[in-house]
Amino acid sequence: MLFDLIASFIKAVLVFAVVMSFVPFLIWLERKLVAWMQQRIGPNRTGPFGLLQPIADAVKLIIKENIFPSGVEKITYFLAPMMSMIPALAAFAVIPFGSPVRIMGRTVNLQVADVNIGILYILALSSLAVYGAVLAGWSSNNKYSLLGGLRTSAQMISYELPIGLSVVSIVLLTGSLSLNEVVRSQASHGIWNIFPQFLGFIILLISYNAELNRAPFDLGEAESEIVAGYHTEYSGFRFAMFYMGEYVNMVTVAALVTVLFLGGWQAPFGPEIPLLWFLIKIFAFILLYMWVRATFPRVRYDQLMALGWKILVPASLANLAMTAVIIVLGGPNAVRILSVGSIVLAVLVGLVLKAAVALRTKSAPGLAPPAGAGS
Amino acid sequence: MTWLTFLIVSGIAVIFAGGLIFSRNAVHGAMCLVASFCAIATLFLLLSAEFIFVVQIAVYAGAIMVLFLFVMMLLNVQGQEGALAGRAPGQLLVALALGAALLGQAVWLVARGGEIISRPARIPAGFGSPEDIGTALFTRNLLPFEITSLVLLAAMAGAVVLARKAGLSPKPNGAPAGGKPE
Amino acid sequence: MIWNATVPFGAWAVLSGLLFTMGAAGFLVRRDPIVMFMCIELMLNAGNLLFVAAARYLGVVDGQVYVFFVMTVAAAEVAVGLAIIVAIFRRKTTIDVDEMSEMRG
Repeated sequence: MLFDLIASFIKAVLVFAVVMSFVPFLIWLERKLVAWMQQRIGPNRTGPFGLLQPIADAVKLIIKENIFPSGVEKITYFLAPMMSMIPALAAFAVIPFGSPVRIMGRTVNLQVADVNIGILYILALSSLAVYGAVLAGWSSNNKYSLLGGLRTSAQMISYELPIGLSVVSIVLLTGSLSLNEVVRSQASHGIWNIFPQFLGFIILLISYNAELNRAPFDLGEAESEIVAGYHTEYSGFRFAMFYMGEYVNMVTVAALVTVLFLGGWQAPFGPEIPLLWFLIKIFAFILLYMWVRATFPRVRYDQLMALGWKILVPASLANLAMTAVIIVLGGPNAVRILSVGSIVLAVLVGLVLKAAVALRTKSAPGLAPPAGAGS
Repeated sequence: MTWLTFLIVSGIAVIFAGGLIFSRNAVHGAMCLVASFCAIATLFLLLSAEFIFVVQIAVYAGAIMVLFLFVMMLLNVQGQEGALAGRAPGQLLVALALGAALLGQAVWLVARGGEIISRPARIPAGFGSPEDIGTALFTRNLLPFEITSLVLLAAMAGAVVLARKAGLSPKPNGAPAGGKPE
Repeated sequence: MIWNATVPFGAWAVLSGLLFTMGAAGFLVRRDPIVMFMCIELMLNAGNLLFVAAARYLGVVDGQVYVFFVMTVAAAEVAVGLAIIVAIFRRKTTIDVDEMSEMRG
């Protein structure tokens, strides 16, 4: 009992420390990477390769004066940054990041809490993440903040649907709501979920990009339209909390997608070294998101909503229906049939999407999407 | 589950519920209600209903209350109605009297209630797990479950028809009805 | 030690009754329809609490299933109710319930 308690405590502290220490590194990485892709240099003054730049920024933000702009709702304004960060950190509690290890003769799960409803828990917490944006936008007493909060909340509510539906397909495939079980089932199937759930993976990739408010879906903070959206009025440490919350969210999402689709801590080849492969997969996923950010221009808001409601929701419903039918009819071969079926379905969705876009540009030639300003 | 945890958590739930009633500002009231819902979710956890705990947070705190806040922001009502200033004369008195009567009735029922009131909990293993709930939901309660889907569909259609009008920002009306409780 | 004794069902019933009463009183006192709506949600939650408590003390999981149904219907109700509020606000630019005394717009 005492051992378990101490082990849980140590695990919680370690996970918190590691995730939080990721944040400055990721900020540096993103700035360097985007600069490299845009043929700039990026931060290079503080420390070797500018590595100390995020720390200098953090120190600057922390020692800044704490300003309450006039007319803000003090309590809500104060609470909003915390509410954007806490759910992301709390979600990490159920992510398994390694196979169980034996310490002092006892088996210890490399997971803060192995709950049998892990997937639902993460979905519940990610639906709580909206509060930060909503309350910040409302309490700031600024019309751009309000618009940003409205946009962000509508966007996050909308994209939770395809996320939930894609995750349900994974649950069907696994037969359990425990994230540990998801990884184990991928080991027993002998194939990672990305193959039998290829369409689900693509949908989750796009939806989480919108859920994280990252470019090209960062409509809630589009600086060319609404200044900085819901955190326009924030400065100093409270702004830093929004900023950190964004990156913590990204790490959480990367870890979740790794567990759901990329086989968790399992090694694709070579020996299974604890944590190593998990970290590699997380970073690969984060790099993908940074690449996307540097590549695509920002979409229009109606395009964003149309993509979510008219394409991703029907596609994830089709994926769910296909998964359910094949699991019932396919018997032991279900996973193999699904691997083919999901790629076929993904291609079909892609073709429909292409045809729809072609039809629209033909009927309204003047309505070409405007080039958004990257950052 | 002991009296201490019960009293602490239920105290939080009641205090924040009071915050909803007495707050002057609708958004503050909504935040109080979210806190109260979270406390009630914790109570569910104490009652070994893990699945309902998560659904409570996802549906009530995560979807329904967000929708409330969204509508408050969309309408941007600055209505400071003054928390308890009812316009009808004696509205407060009547409400208090009716509330006291209701509470008295509840307490009276508990006080004279039979054997169940003092019964200790006895639950089988795995009680309240997703499997347990799923079995009960899809066997004994299948018909209500199917009817629920019709209710959701009707609500979705109704919300879309009611709120549809050109010239206002797009609003995802079907959001909570369409997806969350599935 | 009373603090470590287990809580009997009666305590849950009283708590549920208290929360329900608060919701009902709030519904009667407040005039902002959004707040009144939230009071209804509080009353539904009080009912849910009693369902779950009864499920646990009777050892029958069906109480939790009913809570699931209540939540679903609550979500549907909120979607429709808020749509009505938005529709009224567009016509009247106020949502004070005392102003909603006539049936025609």
